[in-house]
Amino acid sequence: MKKTLFDKVWDAHVVDKVQDGPQILYIDKHLIHEVTSPQAFNELEARKIPIFRPQQIIATADHNTPTQDQHLPVKDEMSRTQLAQLSKNCKKNNITLYELGHKYNGIVHVMAPELGITQPGMTMVCGDSHTSTHGAFGSIAFGIGTSQVAQVFASQCLLLTKPKSLRVSVNGKLKNGVLPKDVILYIISKLGTNSGTGYFCEYAGDVFENMSMEGRMTVCNMSIEMGARGGMIAPDDTTFKYVKDRKFTPKNDEFNKKVDYWKTLPTDEGAVFDKEYFMDAEDIEPMITYGTNPGMGIKISETIPTDNDPSFQKSLQYMNFQSGKSLINTPINFVFIGSCTNSRIEDFRVAADYVKGKLKAKNVTAWLVPGSKQVESQIIKEGLKDIFNEAGFELRQPGCSACLAMNEDKIPQNEYCVSTSNRNFEGRQGQGSRTILASPLVAAATAIEGKIIDITKQFN
Amino acid sequence: MEKFKTFISQAIPLNIANVDTDQIIPARFLKATDKKGFGDNVFRDWRFDKTGNPVSNFPLNNAIYSGTILIAGDNFGCGSSREHAAWALVGFGFKVIVSSFFADIFKGNALNNGLLPVQVSESFLIQLFSAVESNSNCQFEVNLENQTISIRGTDLSESFNIDPYKKTCMINGYDDIDYLLSKREIIEAFELQKPY
Repeated sequence: MKKTLFDKVWDAHVVDKVQDGPQILYIDKHLIHEVTSPQAFNELEARKIPIFRPQQIIATADHNTPTQDQHLPVKDEMSRTQLAQLSKNCKKNNITLYELGHKYNGIVHVMAPELGITQPGMTMVCGDSHTSTHGAFGSIAFGIGTSQVAQVFASQCLLLTKPKSLRVSVNGKLKNGVLPKDVILYIISKLGTNSGTGYFCEYAGDVFENMSMEGRMTVCNMSIEMGARGGMIAPDDTTFKYVKDRKFTPKNDEFNKKVDYWKTLPTDEGAVFDKEYFMDAEDIEPMITYGTNPGMGIKISETIPTDNDPSFQKSLQYMNFQSGKSLINTPINFVFIGSCTNSRIEDFRVAADYVKGKLKAKNVTAWLVPGSKQVESQIIKEGLKDIFNEAGFELRQPGCSACLAMNEDKIPQNEYCVSTSNRNFEGRQGQGSRTILASPLVAAATAIEGKIIDITKQFN
Repeated sequence: MEKFKTFISQAIPLNIANVDTDQIIPARFLKATDKKGFGDNVFRDWRFDKTGNPVSNFPLNNAIYSGTILIAGDNFGCGSSREHAAWALVGFGFKVIVSSFFADIFKGNALNNGLLPVQVSESFLIQLFSAVESNSNCQFEVNLENQTISIRGTDLSESFNIDPYKKTCMINGYDDIDYLLSKREIIEAFELQKPY
C-alpha cells in the first residue's frame, strides 16, 4: 500500500491499539517549558509515579522570561516562582534543562532544532501548540495539554486517534519580497482557521523544496493556525545538511545510517490524502492580517473584505478597521520581530538587510527578540546588531516575549503592533492590543516608515 | 477524575465563533504552578472592563443565565494548547460545552478534565441558541450513556459522537495514565525493538 510521509512515521511508532479506541503512540522526544509542565509534575508526584524516560525529555525556560537583564533575578514574583519550580522539577528528575542565561537557552521551537534534538522521522511533543514547527524536518510533532504531558512523563506514550491526512501543494516561483511567512499566511487566509482540524498537513511542491530549514519551520509552525495539529515537509538534502554535526545529532556511520532511513520517509508516489489543495506561487504576495484570527489575512495591497457575520464584525470593531479599506498608510507605533515563527537568524538577516543605512521612524518602538542564545550570538557575530543599533532598533534577549506578552513585553491598549508572531487574537500581545501579523520584511519596513507601506512597490 | 453523570441543567449562551483559548484564559494568568483559581479569570477580558468592573451584558455576568452547560459558537477552543482553558471552565462550574465544532487540542484537554465537549450540527446549534435566548430558564438534558442532547419540554434532540474509549473513561472517572501504566510491559518491549 502507498503511504504518506505521515503514515510512515506514525505507523513506525504505534505500540499497541485499544480495541474500538485510540492507538498507543510512542514519543521519541518530549520538550517541556515552565508554563505547561508544573501541574504535570505535581500530578505524578501526588500519584507517586516516577518519570519513565527522563533522558528523552529536554527542558527550556522561554514563555515567562524577561528579555532584558537576564543575569539579574526575575522581577515578577510569580514568574520567578514558576521558573524556580521548573529548575527544581528538572533537577529532582534528572531532566536536562537549559535555563535562563544558559548558552543553549531559547524558545523551545528554536533551540531544539538548532541543537539537533529535532530529527526526521521522530515523534515529538511539547505542551505548546506551536510544536508543529518541528514537522519541518519530516517528524510528527504536535502540541499537547498538561494532562498529556503527565501521560508522557508516566509512559513515554500517548493515547491518540490517528488524524486524517491533508496535503497543500504550492508550485512555481515566489515573487521577490515574498517570504515563507507570506506563504503560510496566504494558505491560512485561503483555507480558514479550522480547515485543518482533525488533520495532519503535509506541505509539498517546489516552493517548499526550495525553502531553507528556517523557512520550512516558519511554515510548519503556523499549521495549528488552520487547526491542523501538525505540519510536515519531506526530509531531503536541505534537511540532512542542516541536521548534520549538531550537538545531539548522531555522528559518522550512525548518521549515514539514519540518512539512509530518512530517505525512505517521503510520501510514496500515488499515496492518497483525505484532502488536497493546490496553489500557485505566483499568486502569493506579501501578506498582512486585519482581524483577530490568523485566517483574516489579505495581500498587503488589497482592501479588507466585507462579511456580515457578527463574529467578523466584532473582530473588525476590535481592530478599529473597516471593510473596503486598505491598510496602507495606517500609522503603527509598535513593531515586534520575534516568536517561534520568525526569530531565527534568517529572519534577522532579512530585517537587517532592509534597515541597513535607514533610520527607524520616531513614533515606532521596535523590539527585536532572538529565538535563542545561539541566534543572539550569531546576530552579533554577523554584525547585524550594529546595523540594528544604528537604525534605532532595540535588540533584546531571547524568549517568547511579546508574542504572548506573559512577561513585561506588552503592547499598550488600543495600539497596533505589526508583529512577526503567529496569533492576532484579541489581547494576545497585551490587554486591548491590536496585532497585525506579517513577515519580518514587512515588519522592518513598517518600523522604518512608521506606517504600513506597500512593500511590493519596492520589489517590482 | 470525577465521574461524569447524565444531568439536566440550564445553559449559558456564548454566540461567538472562533473563541480561542487566549480569550478563555489570557496568558497573564498562566503563571500559577497548580490548577486552582483559574475559574475566577475565565473569559477575563470579556467579563470585566478595563477598570475591573463586570461587563453586565456579557452572558456569564447576565443574571438571567445560569447552569453548567455552555453553548458556544463554531470552532470553540482554537489556538494555544493551554489546558488552563479547560481548568478555567471547570473551575467556573461548567460540565458540558456544546458547539458545532471544537479545536482538537481543546477537545482532548476538556475530556481529560471531565468536561464533556458535545459536538452538534450547525442547525441544532441554532435551535439550542434560540431555545436559551428566548427562555433563559430552558433546561437541557445531556445523556452520555445514550449520547444525546435534548431541549426539555420539546421533542428536539440530537445524538452526538464520542470515542468509545473516552466515553468509558468519562463515565467511570478513569484517565489515560491509568491505562498507559497498565501497558508498561508492552511499551518496554516496543522500545527494545523499535522499527526505526
